[in-house]
Amino acid sequence: MSIKSAAGNPLSVLKRHLHAACAATALLLAAGSLAEAADLNALIWCDHSDPALLQPFEEANNVKVNVKEFEGTGAGLAIVEQSQPGDWDVMVIDSIDVPRGVEKGLFEPLPEDKLPFADLFPQVKMDGSTVVGGKRYGITEKFGYNTIGFNKTKVDPADMQSLASLTSDKYKGKVAIYDYYLPVIGMAALAIGKKTADLTEADLPALKEELLKMKANAKLVGEVTASQTALATGEVDILVGGGEWVTAGLAKENPALDFSIPKEGAVLWSQSLAMFKDSKNKDMALKFIQYILSPEGQARLATSSCYWGMPSNTKAALTDDQKKILRFDEQPGFLARAQSYPAPNAELDKKMQDMWTEMLQAK
Amino acid sequence: MSSAGNTWRGPPRAGRALPWALVTPALGWTLLFFVLPFIAMGFSSLTAHEGGGFTLVNYSQFFTNPSYWQAMVNSLQVTAIVTVVSVLLAYPFAWILAEQVPERWQRLALMLAVLPFWTSYVVRSYSWLLVLAQNGVINRVLTGSGLTSEPLQLANTRLATVTGFVHFFVMLLTLTIFANLKQLSPSYRKAAADLGAGPVRTFLHVVLPLTLPGIMVGAFLTFVLCIGDYITPQILGGNNELLMPQLVMMQIGRRGDFPLASALSIILMAVVSIAYLACARWLKIERA
Repeated sequence: MSIKSAAGNPLSVLKRHLHAACAATALLLAAGSLAEAADLNALIWCDHSDPALLQPFEEANNVKVNVKEFEGTGAGLAIVEQSQPGDWDVMVIDSIDVPRGVEKGLFEPLPEDKLPFADLFPQVKMDGSTVVGGKRYGITEKFGYNTIGFNKTKVDPADMQSLASLTSDKYKGKVAIYDYYLPVIGMAALAIGKKTADLTEADLPALKEELLKMKANAKLVGEVTASQTALATGEVDILVGGGEWVTAGLAKENPALDFSIPKEGAVLWSQSLAMFKDSKNKDMALKFIQYILSPEGQARLATSSCYWGMPSNTKAALTDDQKKILRFDEQPGFLARAQSYPAPNAELDKKMQDMWTEMLQAK
Repeated sequence: MSSAGNTWRGPPRAGRALPWALVTPALGWTLLFFVLPFIAMGFSSLTAHEGGGFTLVNYSQFFTNPSYWQAMVNSLQVTAIVTVVSVLLAYPFAWILAEQVPERWQRLALMLAVLPFWTSYVVRSYSWLLVLAQNGVINRVLTGSGLTSEPLQLANTRLATVTGFVHFFVMLLTLTIFANLKQLSPSYRKAAADLGAGPVRTFLHVVLPLTLPGIMVGAFLTFVLCIGDYITPQILGGNNELLMPQLVMMQIGRRGDFPLASALSIILMAVVSIAYLACARWLKIERA
């Protein structure tokens, strides 16, 4: 939406005022009076709210990190839109969505020379999304795969090397699907031999057919906790869309849980950190980003109690056990077979979501 | 009231202001937390997600997209089942509580009735998931006792959603019906008995009609809370069918489509309003 075109529209003006009023209330309620302690205000996903991650930074820099969790880029950007400029300092965002924030004029370019870009896995830098107009606005901090998570004592691990198993009668009723349309549509694309980056509207019928086949085999379609619970409790044996983010965190309690990168590939998820242009505390915001990207911060973020995932820094200070659980050494091979999240434009995105809705309603 | 040369002009000005002063906090509350947000939502529902500007496209999407329409049908079906089952279970509970439990134990019984409300709604839903799961309590009992050879699919179904809802709303309904039963004067039943009515006839022709307002109020509360609930169907239903609140949340997550989410919420609110009007009209007819 062009800001200029919306400026004179009475509905938009009213909407902005109402949003501002709502935002004032929401900020007070959600962040617990930002005015009192606002040292660093971070819009984050749940893995950043782990005290084990934040405490060392807070103690070292004598700051309080106020966090507000959100789910989904749309919800995160809506919070920013309803806030006052300067309310937020840093944001965690899907790497593919960094341009959405840049388009809205939210983010500050990051100083590449002050961040450990040379230490990152090259494939997860995601320059196509994190660099806009020659400037870098996001740095990948954590990544992983939407792929097949499974219980290796209940299924044949060899079957899990092919996406075709997800729609085979052999596993009917044994499957859960992770409830996020983009990565699972990406997996459906891989299953029918399409590249996730090249999806167009013409591919939707074939994708829908594949999704419906998956649904016919599935017992449930669940968000993060429900999917994890289903796999952990034996309600299902396979999770479509579940990778290390599901199995790694449960590895100690249930070593039978594992994930595979099938021959058709997997969908790479990647989350970035961005700094707000209007931040009133840019020095501290940069220090925070540097901490999260440091070997210590990366290890703590990778093994956060909310969910585990691969650190983007190859030098993350993980223990050997943690590296084994994350299958750190196998990453080059995994990355070679991984494809990016589908990144549809707004129109195709809407159609994909509607297709997902149809899949959910299918009996 | 008037008499020659002495026309009554109502209470003095200060007296007339008092009722307004008393009602102002409630009006202010309603204005701030219902009317203004509702207007904001109304305006939002009439704007386009991309590009702004006035549009009815958010409403037309609901009526033209079969899966959106299906979400409303699912919501109404689940809500109707939950309301009916809750009433059928709650009435005997309330009756036993009001009529059979001695007065001195009623306070304790009421406390036990509200005990489930002390637990987090999310925790209770996940607890039900564990009870109904393939390896859950019920399936273990069924397979362990040989009643079934294979575990039944109980979790992640509409049955699970309805069970979770009924667990919550039965107690709510029990309390509203109990209050109604306690207000019922014993002289009605004595009069019915004097006129030769047996217990069943007295219940059907005296007690039940007189407690219908309590049932209707409880049922309406159940309807409103059930049709707008997101957590229970999300956790227990396994997303195998979408209900309206889930559809609303879907629009917000990644796409941040607040206009469409607002339009869907307004439609949901319209359904609740229709239910209220039907309920109010029915009660009015009954009383007349």
